Amino acid sequence: MEHINKLSGTHIDILKEIGNIGAGNAATALSKLLNKKIEMAVPYVQIATFDEVMELIGGAEQVVACVYLRIEGDAPGNMFFVLSLAQAERFIRQMTGDETFTFDSHPSELGQSALQELGNILAGSYLSALADFTNLAFYPSVPMLTVDMIGAILQYGLLELSRVGDYAILIDTALYDERRPEDSVNGHFFLLPDPDSFASIFRALGVDLL
Amino acid sequence: MKVVHAPNLIRTSGLGSCVGVVIFDQWKEVAGLAHVMLPDSSLSRSETMNVAKYADTAIEALIELVVQAGGRKGMLKAKMAGGAQMFSFPSKSTDMMRIGARNVEAVRLQLNRFHIPIVAEDVGGNSGRTIEFNPKTAILSIRTVNQGMKEI
Repeated sequence: MEHINKLSGTHIDILKEIGNIGAGNAATALSKLLNKKIEMAVPYVQIATFDEVMELIGGAEQVVACVYLRIEGDAPGNMFFVLSLAQAERFIRQMTGDETFTFDSHPSELGQSALQELGNILAGSYLSALADFTNLAFYPSVPMLTVDMIGAILQYGLLELSRVGDYAILIDTALYDERRPEDSVNGHFFLLPDPDSFASIFRALGVDLL
Repeated sequence: MKVVHAPNLIRTSGLGSCVGVVIFDQWKEVAGLAHVMLPDSSLSRSETMNVAKYADTAIEALIELVVQAGGRKGMLKAKMAGGAQMFSFPSKSTDMMRIGARNVEAVRLQLNRFHIPIVAEDVGGNSGRTIEFNPKTAILSIRTVNQGMKEI
């Protein structure tokens, strides 16, 4: 991608800040919603080939619960809220009070729609923080929930990028539930801006892309 | 895009809207796999194009590779899997969102253009797939999250 060579340390820092502000807001919302402490890791900006992206997220075959939104507006892109199945089950049990919920055999509609709503709220708070910070307009699609291989899901985020090159710039922020240190990182926000969106984001923040 | 001889297997994991196409000569026990991401290279906006990504360029290049590795043009057959629609978008779904079905159609068209019969396929649906092909048996094994393993 032609943008990649033009990214300096400052640009990377700005993208990290985007992950920080967006996911920070979402983590606060999640803490309030579940009444428990949710920690957030330092955001990570990864510039990687598509194959490397799959490696970085733990292999394309890993099965996860994911809420996906397509973002239109001033800086189009894709957003994924990804949870391990175990973590998704814990959140669903807590939200619905249904302690028997699992993804294994015929997961209840109610549980699934609770998770979809959770993704909706978190993505909304992520994007509204981003909109405030950049003064850009983001119009998210209706969020879609799926439980499947992460590689198959993230492919949707790579489509626009794949028209321009073989690299993705992935803004990754991990969330974790403080009381569950045994599975240290169990949720991720991935933001995958479309190729042209980087220029819009940097311009909105008063930094040129050269 | 990769070519192997038996006893090696060839695989690709986490296919969503992408299509995995295997072109093989069973008697020579050679097979090649392409991972098609987009239907048409006219969608490309890059100066240097990666032919492996587009159906219209990948199939031709893959045939060439398989022939170079000992496959005979008249004996080539194909199997394919993938092209799922992982998410069902309401109303104003853009063309990009229907990409799975478009990839499948584009691969069919290209195989047809080179007179390569598709002897088996597992396409569409809304699940991700991991596929593995054995050039010795010409069996394509497909794993999905909810339906387990199947062989075509």
